[in-house]
This record gives sequence, C-alpha cells and structure tokens, in this order.
Amino acid sequence: MTTTWIILGGTSTIARAFARQAAQRGDGVLLAGRDMDDLSATASDCGLAGAPVAEAIRFDARDAATFGPIIARARALDGTIGVAVFVGSMPSQDEIDADASLIDGLIADNYGGPARFLTEIAPLLEERGAGTVVGVGSVAGDRGRLGNYVYGSAKAGFHTYLSGLRNRLGRSGVHVMTVKPGTVDTAMTWGMEKLPFLAQPEKIAGDILRGADKKRDVIYTPFIWWPVMTIIRLIPERVFKKMEI
Amino acid sequence: MRWKDTEYHGWGRVLTAEGQVARPERASTLAAIAKHSPAPALGRLRSYGDACLNTGGRAIDMTRMDRALSFDPETGVVKVEAGMEIGRLLKLFAPRGWLPPVMPGTGFATVGGGIAMDVHGKNHHGAGSFGCHVDEITLMTPKGEKRITPGRNKDLFAATVGGLGQTGPILSAKVRLLKAKGDVMIVTERRIKDWDAFLSHLDSSDATYTVGWIDATAKGADLGRGILEEAETGGGLVPAAKRGKRVPFDAPGFALSPPVVRAFNAAYWRRVPVAGRTVVKPIDDFFFPLDKIHDWNRLYGKGGFHQFQCVVPVAAADALRGMLERIAGSGLASPLAVLKRMGAGRAGYMSFPMEGYTLAVDFPNGRAAETLVRDLTATTAEAGGRVYFAKDSLCAPESVAAMYPEHGTWLKAVTKADPEAAYATDLVRRLKLREPR
Repeated sequence: MTTTWIILGGTSTIARAFARQAAQRGDGVLLAGRDMDDLSATASDCGLAGAPVAEAIRFDARDAATFGPIIARARALDGTIGVAVFVGSMPSQDEIDADASLIDGLIADNYGGPARFLTEIAPLLEERGAGTVVGVGSVAGDRGRLGNYVYGSAKAGFHTYLSGLRNRLGRSGVHVMTVKPGTVDTAMTWGMEKLPFLAQPEKIAGDILRGADKKRDVIYTPFIWWPVMTIIRLIPERVFKKMEI
Repeated sequence: MRWKDTEYHGWGRVLTAEGQVARPERASTLAAIAKHSPAPALGRLRSYGDACLNTGGRAIDMTRMDRALSFDPETGVVKVEAGMEIGRLLKLFAPRGWLPPVMPGTGFATVGGGIAMDVHGKNHHGAGSFGCHVDEITLMTPKGEKRITPGRNKDLFAATVGGLGQTGPILSAKVRLLKAKGDVMIVTERRIKDWDAFLSHLDSSDATYTVGWIDATAKGADLGRGILEEAETGGGLVPAAKRGKRVPFDAPGFALSPPVVRAFNAAYWRRVPVAGRTVVKPIDDFFFPLDKIHDWNRLYGKGGFHQFQCVVPVAAADALRGMLERIAGSGLASPLAVLKRMGAGRAGYMSFPMEGYTLAVDFPNGRAAETLVRDLTATTAEAGGRVYFAKDSLCAPESVAAMYPEHGTWLKAVTKADPEAAYATDLVRRLKLREPR
C-alpha cells in the first residue's frame, strides 16, 4: 500500500533530502511550509523522481489555521499516512538574550506548532490504524547547553511530547519515531564554525527512512551521537554547569 | 545569507582559492544574493583549473539548487535548476527513454556548469555541444530573474553558453533530452594499432557515440595506439552498476610514475582482443567510467595534476601528431588520454568545440609537465586550434585572441550584462578575458 508523507517544514534541507528519497522509493509527498514557490519546485522534483502524489501545501507552525486543510487533504488520500516533522528554527542564543520575545516564535516552530498539528491529526491516524510519525528533534534537546539552551529546551519538550504520542498511537498500530540528529550540513549551519561530526542531509534522510521501516523508537543520526550524548547526559549537573560545550 | 570563509580548488587540485562562499537552497535566497552581492556561480567544481575559483572574492555554490522543475513527455524538454547533476538527470530520465543530450566525462558536472562551459560528449560529432540543446536559460541578475532564449536574446544567449559564468548565475534551464532506444549501451571496442589507423577509424565511424582511449606513452611505430569505442543505446537488461569506491588518501608520487603508467597502458590496450569485441554496459558506466571511483583526482597525490585538452582543425592533424610525439617522448602522461573527432556544433562565442580532432591528456603536476603543457598550448594556437578553458590553468592571455576569434563579440555582450565584472573568476583575470584586446 502506498504511503504518503506529510512533510512539515518541507523547505528545510533535511526535509528536501527526505522527500527525494521517499519519492525515489515510490512514496507520495505532501510538502508543507511557507515558501510555496520553493515547495512547488521540490514537489515537481519528487513527482519526476517517482512520487505518485507530490503536492505543495501551506503550513505555518505559528498559524494553526493552516493545519486543518492539510489534515483534510490527508484524509482524502488512500493508503497509509506518514507525518514527518522537520519544522524548526534556531535563532542564536545571543539574539535571544538580546530579544527575549524571539522565544515565543522559537517555541511555536520547534514545539508548539508541531505538537498541536500532531494532536489534531492523531485521530485520523488512529482511524486508519496504521502509519508513521517521524518527529525530528535534536541532540541539543538532551541537555541544556550554554550555547543554545532555549532551542534545546523546545526540542526537549518536543521529545517528551513524541514519547507520549508514541505511547498513545502505538495502541492503534501507528508508530512514532523520535529522531535526534547531530549537526547537519544545512542552510541553518552553513558558515558556522566548529561543527563536530557534520553529516550530510542525505545521510540523515536515509537513516530516518530506514529507522521508520524498522519501527525504531528513538534514533540518533549519525549514530556517533548516541555514545556522545550518553556520556554528556551522564555528566553530573554540578560539573556540567561549569562546562562550555 | 551567511557567507562561509573557505578554501576550495578545481578538479586538478593545482590551484586553490580562499574566499567566501554562499550556498543558497531557494530561488528567493539566490535572488537576494544576486541583488546585494553579485558573485560568480560554482557547481561541483569539476573544472580542472581556475575557472571555478574566485580568490579573495565571493562565489555562489549552486549545488543545493538541483531540482527537476518540469518535464514534457511529448517533446522531452526538461526544466531543471542549475545545480542538477547531469548524472542525476540521466538517472531520472533514462528509465523513461530519455537521455541528457550531451554528457561530459563526469556525471557530477552540473547543468549550470555544462552550459557555462558548453561541454561536449562522445556524441559531439553528431549532436554538437550541450548548449545546442538548451531552449531557455533563466539568469539571476541583480534585477531579478531574466529568461533568455536563443531566438529572442541571441547575443546574450551566445555570451552565456560557454561564457564561463560571466553573464551571471544561472538559476535554471530548459534542456531538450534525446530519445534513447533503451537503457543500456552496446559498445564495440576495437584495438587501434597506430596514429594513422586511429584517425581513419575516427573519420569513418558512423556510430552515435565514439571515443578513443589513446596510449600517450607509446612511441615509434606504436605512436597513437589505443582503443576505439563506438556505442549506441539499446534495450535489454544488465545489472545496475555497483556502488562506487572512494580514494581514501592522496596517493604517493610513484603511483603514476612512467614505468607504472607504461605497464598499465600496455595491459589496458591488450585487454581488448585483437579482433575487437562488443559488450553491453550500463549507461552510466559508459559515459562516466571514472565516477565509480570517487575523488579519483587524489590518485595524483597532493600536488594535483593538469589536464591538457586542445582541439585542432582536421587539416592540422599532423601538428596534433607532433604534439602526441612530444607527450610520448616526455614520459609524463598518465593513463588518462582521450582522442576524439569533433563536429562543428557549438552554441556560444567562447565555446570550445570546433570541427577537428580533440586530444586530452592528464599529467601529474610538476615543472616539466607545466613546461610541456605551455609548449603544447603554443603549438595548438599555431595550428589554428584552441585549448579548453574548463581544463586549463596555464594558458597565457596573449594566446586568447588567436584561439577564440569571437572573444571581442563575447566581451561586448558580457560587459553589457555585467559592467562591473562582478562575475570575474581567477581564470578570467589570468587570461584578461574581461579586457579588450
């Protein structure tokens, strides 16, 4: 049966790589985001790469009015529904410290919007009794670091939300996977210094599809981040609070 | 848009540039860059020398703008973003029976780069250059998108195709794909005993795709020996190409030393039976044989390498033979050497192709190799031929006018499109291409 992925944040680098790989294996894609010209370009590419359904659809994490039409479109599609959440934003900690109002948007983009969307679409997924939710969080959500703890805290909230959603939807045959990527070579990180284990978006996208196929619950990608974060999580707060990593 | 301070180099790795590079992923980002900070565009950096470098300046990496935007199954016209790799174009459309009209020796080259260099392929004698198959180009100018066609904007189009990026970044292009008979290549390989036999075989070949591998180390009676490959597309089934290998480190200097190359070449030549043979190959294996070895340029070691590629008119074949003699005598050549008959097809003022014979030979970098390449370049100019700027890093500005007689026409069009020379690259400055002769 065909799977159609609703891809939230469809203009993001990883989302584009994910959409392309999903299309190449014959999955459909609904690319949801704000830049409709760009989403249309990705939709065309996915259609030509083999996606039976490839459409651009408006989504704004900060505007819940955009959620309903996407869910309605999904309802009209046959087959399995997948939801892959790539939406997010990462203003620097310095910018946030200078203007605390940025936090509202950051939380909407990384947590509030996605959580509300997923809560609204959950009944449809339960009704279908199958499907997959992929939530892209971040290794930054595993620990509050000096460099970007507001972003990290929103991702941590999203991780916890996904954990609960997994608990709920698993009962109806819908699988929820949490993805924790490390640093990825995207438009967001381009030109930043000191990026350890920088991964290409194609690698992350491949790991996500494989993980979803295997019904993994939580994946770190690239895998090196699992031992790295395991150690970082084990550092006592007493020590961690003095560290700059 | 963030600019990244970085160091980058062309495929030959002899020349490097330090500068700032932006990598837009969307047309709107590219539009903002083009407006506020116009800079030359870069693709996959498959030019060998400095055509893809802008030392101390800015450049726009187009590789993330790589999508297929539309396709007309009736006409085979596809619209793609400039960063689309030609190899991916092949992968997307070969299953539907369409091929990129022209494929250079690497599938990693982008459509934007293919246009800017007006690249040629193994079918040049029949199909002409890449630009001959482009219906429309969308340039991203400081004032926004500008669509140009060979009909409506003859001058700017001919300045853009083969124009070394000097009319500005290409956002997207419409390319006419070629109908293929199938999704494999039927390749006839023939051993060629010497230079004269090679030319006569190339002249009489009526295959759609023809290319000659030449043993650039063979001397005397064996001079010009090689293997002629003639190919057509065909239907049938072959297993998909195996996954590529990567060259994990820079090879030591002796890897391509003269005795090793001579032995390799002799064995490679004998690989094809005396009577010749016909084999079936996956399309990408035939067109992009080296792409299976990622980063093969590292085989030349840290010092990098030069590729000399020239084309000379048919009447100057003897001059080309003289050049091959010098190359063979020098013992400097690597196994990568190609001889091919070109047709007249070209689409831009500064396009490389001309009716004649083209020879391409790789040399590990070194003083002797540089002297030899300069010497070969001079002979090329005297013979009424030209060298390929996509490969070059050693040509001098004085040679340009003789080799590229339409340079003046090109310069006029380019100056009109980019009066401040914002798109100048290291190659353009080295050859003083933006200055009148």
